[in-house]
Amino acid sequence: MSAPALPTSLVENPRLDRWIRFLPDRTVRIATGKVEIGQGVVTALGQIAADELDVPFERVVVLSGDTAEGPDEMYTTSSLSIEMSGGSIRLVCAEVRAKAIDRAALRLNCSPDELEVIDGRFLQNGAESGQDYWSVAGEIDFTQAPTGANRTKPVGAYKVVGRSVPRLDLPAKVTGAAFLHDVLPQGVLHARMLRQPNPGATLASLDEAAIRRAAKGELQILRDVNFVAFVSPVESVAQGAAAAAAAHAVWTNLRHIDPAQQEAAWLKGQPSIDRTIGAPPARSTPRRPFEITVSRPYIAHASMGPSCALAEFREGHLTVWSHGQGMHPLRRNLAVVLGLPVEAITARHLHGAGCYGHNGADDAALDAALIASQLPGKLIRLQWRREEEFGFEPVGPAMLVTLHIDLDERGRPADWATEIWSATHVQRPGMGSGYLLASEALANPPPEVKPTDPPEERGGGGTRNAVPLYDVPAHRILHHLVARPPVRTSALRGLGALPNVFAIESAMDELAARAGEDPVAYRLSILSEPRARRLVEEVAERANWSTRGPAGTGKGLGLGFARYKNRAAYAAVVAAVTVQESVRVDRVWALADAGLVVNPDGARNQLEGGIVQAISWTLKEQVRFDERGIASCDWQGYPILRFSELPEIEAELVDGAGNPSLGVGECTVGPTAAAIGNAVAHALGVRVHDMPLTRDRIMAALLKT
Amino acid sequence: MTIDLTVNGERLQTAVAETTSLIDVLRNEFGLCGTRYGCGLEQCGSCMVLLDGEPVYSCSREVGTVAGRSVMTIEGLGQPGSLHPLQQAFLDEQAGQCGYCLSGILISAKALIDRTPNPTRADIVQALDKHLCRCGAHQRILRAVERAAAAVRDGRPA
Repeated sequence: MSAPALPTSLVENPRLDRWIRFLPDRTVRIATGKVEIGQGVVTALGQIAADELDVPFERVVVLSGDTAEGPDEMYTTSSLSIEMSGGSIRLVCAEVRAKAIDRAALRLNCSPDELEVIDGRFLQNGAESGQDYWSVAGEIDFTQAPTGANRTKPVGAYKVVGRSVPRLDLPAKVTGAAFLHDVLPQGVLHARMLRQPNPGATLASLDEAAIRRAAKGELQILRDVNFVAFVSPVESVAQGAAAAAAAHAVWTNLRHIDPAQQEAAWLKGQPSIDRTIGAPPARSTPRRPFEITVSRPYIAHASMGPSCALAEFREGHLTVWSHGQGMHPLRRNLAVVLGLPVEAITARHLHGAGCYGHNGADDAALDAALIASQLPGKLIRLQWRREEEFGFEPVGPAMLVTLHIDLDERGRPADWATEIWSATHVQRPGMGSGYLLASEALANPPPEVKPTDPPEERGGGGTRNAVPLYDVPAHRILHHLVARPPVRTSALRGLGALPNVFAIESAMDELAARAGEDPVAYRLSILSEPRARRLVEEVAERANWSTRGPAGTGKGLGLGFARYKNRAAYAAVVAAVTVQESVRVDRVWALADAGLVVNPDGARNQLEGGIVQAISWTLKEQVRFDERGIASCDWQGYPILRFSELPEIEAELVDGAGNPSLGVGECTVGPTAAAIGNAVAHALGVRVHDMPLTRDRIMAALLKT
Repeated sequence: MTIDLTVNGERLQTAVAETTSLIDVLRNEFGLCGTRYGCGLEQCGSCMVLLDGEPVYSCSREVGTVAGRSVMTIEGLGQPGSLHPLQQAFLDEQAGQCGYCLSGILISAKALIDRTPNPTRADIVQALDKHLCRCGAHQRILRAVERAAAAVRDGRPA
């Protein structure tokens, strides 16, 4: 039997010491390229290592996102950390454990079979041997490449994996010490930006004297073509300068946006890169056609904290501290813009406010690096302003999805085409058409690159979850990748999954109604996957689906189901809503199957967070434009779900220990949106197709009936 | 001219301009970085501190207006080893994801349970409704405040 292929992370980081080190204080340091963004991954990876090494969890420390010492695992994305990094750490630990036992056996002049590991100590035939990991670590060659050849533990042997270990980072976060934003040593210089309003905009004049008067304090104004930064030892001075600057700057080549472009409907008919994926076109004209179109507007990450970064350029070496999702990619991207060799840069992750995809973190890191390279020897702390965060973060793209379904004589889909209009979902710097924001303001802005979307084998972007998990004889996707959206778009939790699942699940309810069947029964009639069936059945039972009343009473119950990316965790969600003039979600039941769950409470926290965020997106959120760009630049312009709008949520994981771990962080967003959409349709007796499901849209739908 | 104020029980002085924001003074003058800047617009609640026991937004509050008064920040609520029951309850419930909003929320929760030792769920929602949480930890946060209130009533740590 040949060994399974080595995970990409191990192939690309072929030294054991990039992954694991035994430290003199009798701890073992596990390193990961994935970073903590509020999802609890650092704790979960530590659990995996503790079990595989047989060391107490308390002796495991996790180094996360460090280009100097940790592995390169690209970005922390797509709910892949447990599968990718966790899988790699598990193999590395199994290998190091075997090597350590071999060394101990040599010292003890015994067979490795006589040794077992308890709490990091080696026991010989049950008795203390005096040897442990730390005593033999010096004899292991950690420069070797991992082979992945050692057998990892069976699931039944896990002691720490599967336990709800409390998050390692949370104690600091309830006592006021935790974030990158809080690194404020003596001598730090505070920096703020005047942002180039749009790529190509040219700074014609800047009244520096007026800005200095407004700033009221010691201020440096740094300019490099269209890049302008304000630097001061006093934070309020830098902030004051930036706040005043827009009124004292004259730009040319400003873009003009028609605010109608903020609507998903605008996407149709725009120049696009088109492709067809899946089954060949249907040969015959549809006999029983059904069509439905849904949409989702541009949405924001809207992190609670503004993006922030620290940078210091000293003796030719740049060190950057960032809350971005990938420190190795950041380092490479900074090297390109700054014209520095990669080795001259160190990028280190520190915690930031919650991050749900590609937000402003990387851009802030470049801002700080550019300032630091102009002021060698100084530690620069760069922070975005709130309006800058909303106005310049890459946003989740608007999407328009039309399903063209041909039904068989039993009212089941016989042929299904999903037509999608969307801008790209990934413009991470260094990928596709991605770039770091400030590079647009410099002398040689990056050339315009044709946009791309993640390929299907990585789960797709706009096409994510476009393929229904239901039994459909022929399915194809017509993907219109809209080439030039009015604003920068990139990855936001779930990518295209939310609108696509919303479309599929809306169709399921509509088709069930046509067939005169219950929506759950209809779904089950075309859902043969056992794990999927189980979730739909069980969540319906928990929600007392059988007592669901007639449509049009103002009270609604709706269901949504999907398996994230058709390959990560499964989730089924039922939402109960009350619709008067606006929608209130009263209660949510969610069940997920994530296979082996490393930290059940952490995973539940992720399910709950996805549900809350999806309620907010579905009911409330839309990025709004004016003629210059994004106009929804504060929390009044971009409201999100509040405590008073929170439903009662029951989110549970089914026992999936017989199956491998599946990424859980994004699995609830699509099903939650879909469940709400269906519940609203049930409550009203008429469907609202366009998100957010606002009061205006509810009223318009009611007027139509 | 100097401004005197009491912060977390300690008498402190600052010589900054009276119009400087309280959050700026706390973070940059006094090194109390646990108070978080979120929006600067009194819209998100991240920067909440207690002023003579009442929650106020420190992002927009000019330090001149708090002269001679008493401020409590998250650092004054409790520290590792001597956690306030609220902090302990937030850990017990794992009530947070990124945690950026928690300083402000804990402060408003403190004001609530000081005033209303038996808060109903509706009382807690009302007290926290000025706070935003983007990660969706709301339900855990509500449970944690209930748990802490019960602990304080019973004289338990949490």
